[in-house]
Amino acid sequence: MIGTGILKGMAVTARNFVGSYFDEERLTTVQYPEERSPLPENYRNFPFLPYDGEDPHAGLRCVACKICEKECPPQCIYIVKSDDKKPDYMGKPQFYPKVFDIDISVCMSCQICVEVCPFEAIKMDKEFELSKRERFDQLLLRKEDLAKPNDYYHKICPTDATDVDAKLAAAAEAAAKKKAATAARAPAKD
Amino acid sequence: MSTTVETLEAMERPPVTMGSRLEGELLEVSMGPQHPSTHGVFRMNVALEGEIVRRLKPVFGYLHRNHEKIGENTSYLGSMPYTDRLDYFCSMTNNWAYALSVEKLAGIEVPERAEYLRIILAELTRLQNHASLLGFLLNDMGAWGTPLMYAFREREKILDLFESLSGSRMMCDYMRFGGCRCDTPPGWMEQAKKIVDRFPRFIDELEQLVVGNEVVIGRTQNVGVLSPELAINAGITGPMLRACGVNYDIRKVDGYGFYPRFKFRVPLGDHGDTYDRLMIRVLEMPESLSILQQAFAQIKPGPIVNPKVKLRAFRPPVGEAYGRIEGPKGELGFYLISDGGPNPYRYRVRPPSFINLTVLEDLCLGHTVADVMVILGSIDIVMGEVDR
Repeated sequence: MIGTGILKGMAVTARNFVGSYFDEERLTTVQYPEERSPLPENYRNFPFLPYDGEDPHAGLRCVACKICEKECPPQCIYIVKSDDKKPDYMGKPQFYPKVFDIDISVCMSCQICVEVCPFEAIKMDKEFELSKRERFDQLLLRKEDLAKPNDYYHKICPTDATDVDAKLAAAAEAAAKKKAATAARAPAKD
Repeated sequence: MSTTVETLEAMERPPVTMGSRLEGELLEVSMGPQHPSTHGVFRMNVALEGEIVRRLKPVFGYLHRNHEKIGENTSYLGSMPYTDRLDYFCSMTNNWAYALSVEKLAGIEVPERAEYLRIILAELTRLQNHASLLGFLLNDMGAWGTPLMYAFREREKILDLFESLSGSRMMCDYMRFGGCRCDTPPGWMEQAKKIVDRFPRFIDELEQLVVGNEVVIGRTQNVGVLSPELAINAGITGPMLRACGVNYDIRKVDGYGFYPRFKFRVPLGDHGDTYDRLMIRVLEMPESLSILQQAFAQIKPGPIVNPKVKLRAFRPPVGEAYGRIEGPKGELGFYLISDGGPNPYRYRVRPPSFINLTVLEDLCLGHTVADVMVILGSIDIVMGEVDR
């Protein structure tokens, strides 16, 4: 009979309408600014630079090797290497970035900089409410804006942050052992 | 904005299907590029006789982003996030097609778990693509919002899965040469199973909502009939080709990935009209669900990426390769020529949407303007892929 198909369809909409008051599965709207759905741990938005300890300058892990700058597909990273050196987490003197800029109006959040970084110096942030009044200077993040404490990384990404800490600690320990071994061997040579 | 073109008598006319013939001149109407039902920035110059389409000229290129040239100037890895932006509804299958052609080029093997994960992700992509396509198609037919919102509710669940796996809902950038970027987070597989188990409920509801609906049948049956001969000659692939009754599914024909290990049927249409194109998507969804169930049963823990593949300074040997997969919209292929350097010498995309769109005029001639929107909707285009 003509019209039955339409009536069947109406029954579906009625079921959805009534169900939206009782059924969890049909009740999917999240009233965004007031309530928020939790972000998954893997969520990524724009990169930031985690630093160890208190001082953003001393604790920055970046050694200005410029790998991320080279690999970044839209080329939104700009790095200038320093003239002097500062000790890194293993106590080894390393260069540091004099300038580290990321233009987040160009960045496409692909995470390739994080993957290629050999020093765990760049990670993905989860902050997404970044609207600004001006689109050139305010969306160009400087080193000071990008540097965030390691505790912040622990807060947004606990599993990966713990892994990274363990890895860095192991590397530092191995380096210290090697140093001690060479120090012990050196007098014997003389 | 309208201009007049030459008289009717000068043109060869197909038989008129609706209304009485108007003696006079053709009216040329420009639809788009900001028309709400052209699925993006797509423009059609339609010559009308009354309400009947007599000529249709598609105009595209509004979203051209120089994708292929960018691909020739970035490293092989650097092109991976750009492939997400081709067909932004199905970034996972785009990633897979590109990874597959690079793996062919460099002779890379993929670990078993990664292959299974790729199949799971590709079938989830197919589910959400078909669901949202049906929603958009019904939207074009005048069922404003309701089916689209139901489809998007289901799509959202799958996108949440993608987000918790790869970090992004649509621009996943998840696959890498020789595997995938990271393993699944704890609880992901259970969540995916739950969603797949609940999905048939949505398919049933959608079938009840649209399949028997008299308006849908009236608007789609015998509208935009595509003959199998024309479909094959024009290089049409995917659900649109199978709706004409041609049994051609690259999952079966090529057997890429682990698809030969799976048992699934390929639904075929009969008439090649818009209704068949709609139904073929409804019928493909349960097959995808069955592939997913088999994949969940077979997947085992293991390495996710081939450790021999270098991430940085990746240089495949000199040669060329064409990798193709059955994307949700059709055959998606990447053709790469390597001269041994860090970036491809030639990088070419075979976009299914673009090639399926080429028969639009043949489908629309003799139908009304309102049918043009429905036919365009049933082709399933995404302008990001058409214009690249």
